[in-house]
Amino acid sequence: MLVERSSASGRDLGNSKVSILAARISVQKTGSKSRRIRILVAKPGLDGHDRGALVLCRAFRDAGMEVIYSGLLVTPEQVARIAIEEDVDVVALSLLNGAHMTAFPAVAKALRKMGGGDILMVGGGIIPEQDKPLLEKERITGNFGPGTPLKTIISHIVRKVEEKRRGKR
Amino acid sequence: MIQVARKNKQSFWSLKIKEIENKRRERPSTPEKKELNKLLASWRRRVSSTKQFESSSGIPIRDIYTPQDLRGLSYTSDLGLPGEYPFTRGIYHTMYRGKLWTMRMFSGFGTPEDTNRRLKHLLENGETGLSLAFDMPTLYGYDADHKRARGEVGRCGVNVSSVADMETIFEGIPLDQVSTSMTINAPAPILTCMYAATAEKAGIPLGKLRGTTQTDILKEYIAQKEWVFPPEAHLRLIRDMIAYCTQHMPHWHCISISGYHIREAGANAVQELAFTLADGFAYVELGLEAGLKVDDFADRLSFFFNCDIDFFEEIAKFRAARKIWATVMKEKYGAKKPGSMLLRFHTQSSGASLTWQQPLNNIVRTTIEALAAVLAGTQSLHTNAYDEAWALPTEETATIALRTQQIIAEETGIPKVADSLGGSYYVEWLTKEMEKRAYRYFEKIESIGGIIEAIKAGYIQREIAETAYKRQQQIEKGETVIVGVNKFMMNQKSPIKTLEINDVAQRKQIERLRILKGRRESRDLQNALLRLKKTFMDTSANSMPAILTAVKAQATLGEIMDVGREVFGEWKGPGEF
Repeated sequence: MLVERSSASGRDLGNSKVSILAARISVQKTGSKSRRIRILVAKPGLDGHDRGALVLCRAFRDAGMEVIYSGLLVTPEQVARIAIEEDVDVVALSLLNGAHMTAFPAVAKALRKMGGGDILMVGGGIIPEQDKPLLEKERITGNFGPGTPLKTIISHIVRKVEEKRRGKR
Repeated sequence: MIQVARKNKQSFWSLKIKEIENKRRERPSTPEKKELNKLLASWRRRVSSTKQFESSSGIPIRDIYTPQDLRGLSYTSDLGLPGEYPFTRGIYHTMYRGKLWTMRMFSGFGTPEDTNRRLKHLLENGETGLSLAFDMPTLYGYDADHKRARGEVGRCGVNVSSVADMETIFEGIPLDQVSTSMTINAPAPILTCMYAATAEKAGIPLGKLRGTTQTDILKEYIAQKEWVFPPEAHLRLIRDMIAYCTQHMPHWHCISISGYHIREAGANAVQELAFTLADGFAYVELGLEAGLKVDDFADRLSFFFNCDIDFFEEIAKFRAARKIWATVMKEKYGAKKPGSMLLRFHTQSSGASLTWQQPLNNIVRTTIEALAAVLAGTQSLHTNAYDEAWALPTEETATIALRTQQIIAEETGIPKVADSLGGSYYVEWLTKEMEKRAYRYFEKIESIGGIIEAIKAGYIQREIAETAYKRQQQIEKGETVIVGVNKFMMNQKSPIKTLEINDVAQRKQIERLRILKGRRESRDLQNALLRLKKTFMDTSANSMPAILTAVKAQATLGEIMDVGREVFGEWKGPGEF
């Protein structure tokens, strides 16, 4: 149990998880060029539905990322502050309470205000089709619905980070 | 039993586990049983199967079950008859011949007016009990005009910021003729007082109110995570509610001990069973600590379970739950009245089993789950609508969900016989297996120092999160099949129209609060809030009368919760995963 908790740094890769192995190798490749992907999994709002967020934390960890979890009931401003202080590459936002159209853009705004406008954002939860273009405008990509395979989410994140890192060089 | 356990330095739970294991080892004696052994041995030689099968909880499942698997099972002491100890076969003598289960559809969205219309629609269409869903601000004790409520008002349920909202929700619904369930936990005492005040205003005495407030804060820390104060403060308020309701609202079930959310958070059936009952035992101990006798309040406790789609495992889970509760209430807590031993429960079909992909398939899933709940003898039932992986249900989809129950009740003939799967070799074996596995968890929890310690240490939460992750991996590998998700997939975009909730509810609720705050008698309000603060600070006092006075003085939900936040502080959950 303790290993599970402390392995958030992504060092504990002994438990090979077949289904996301490919994604992990890809992450390590990215990592070898510069560094491991650092990701903040966050629930910005009044939403206790954390099953998906917790599954993702474990999946990102097993894929070789360094994972930080915001815990529950954080405000968009708090999410932005953690993201900047922890110097993450990506903020993964999860809400299943229908408030994503308020909370997700609020995180984007807070990030811009605090000088973290270049941090990538991905979204997930119960997000209707018509909301997706509006979130994309705020630079929040993915916006994955229920039943999305972990592989899809991980490779989306890896691709986005790779694109960004390539762009920088 | 307790004394014996102490003498042998063995826990109550390890004795129960040994009891089951010893009985199962009994050798067959009659000629017929010997004959069966021979028959089975020769059949086995011809049927060789190497593939392993498991239930969704990971219980190894064999290809066939026979009387051999029921070794040690005693009809009279393990099963009995419906309405008789140990209630394995159901809690009422006549079961559904006497009264069908209550069809109780979990409803609520937008403004109180929106929800009032939905409740009336469901009642007109044959619903037999009410069940309210609240929005996130209400669940966390914030008013609609609070900064944290922005974008959340009316989204996941109805918003209730003051007693006036409660009055609007129930306008035109006679509260002495319906039973109402409210899914509210951290602010449960306040919502109970708002309901009581609404009834009083309509001239209905509190003694006539029937219904349930969920109030199960332990599962909030475990699974649903809608807490406000630290555990000790919430438990003290619950203690007050148990004492108050026992005296003034004798037909009100003030706690509904809930496994539903534990399951939705990712637990398997065995974990749902064990953690829920462990929470139940903690509430019994809370009542005893408050100085009540077990038979004075145990019949006020009710349960709420999930019903997922592993059909027989779910049925076995419900039967085992009744058996364990009866056994423990009698043998461990010394209950004498049958009413204190019987486990009455509400069931909701599994939300997590519904798929976003090919949503119409969800009607089939819900039907199978509802069938399992009815075959297992549930007292009331909510059936999910097929669009609930997308949004809150529309009037049409909620009606189809209600009709699903009505078809089972009126057309299938199932309600004519109590516990019709009782006696099935498989079901009885699995019931016993679930029982044993639950006892193992109780033993483990006790070794940690009880359920509250286990929660604070994060043990229960990690068990659930690990199961959720394992299941997701099984789905990814195709070991667990979900039709339309990882097998038989189709390409569809937005195949259904869903309920849209816009910002109008938020604007209306904020405006309503502005008017309310302008109209209130401020001296009454200040006095009531001051009295409330004093009562909260005095742990020996019962806080319910002071909450009721504050509610009647038009204090808002947020104002009352803020007094609590000031006195008790707020609880921050562990940020670990």
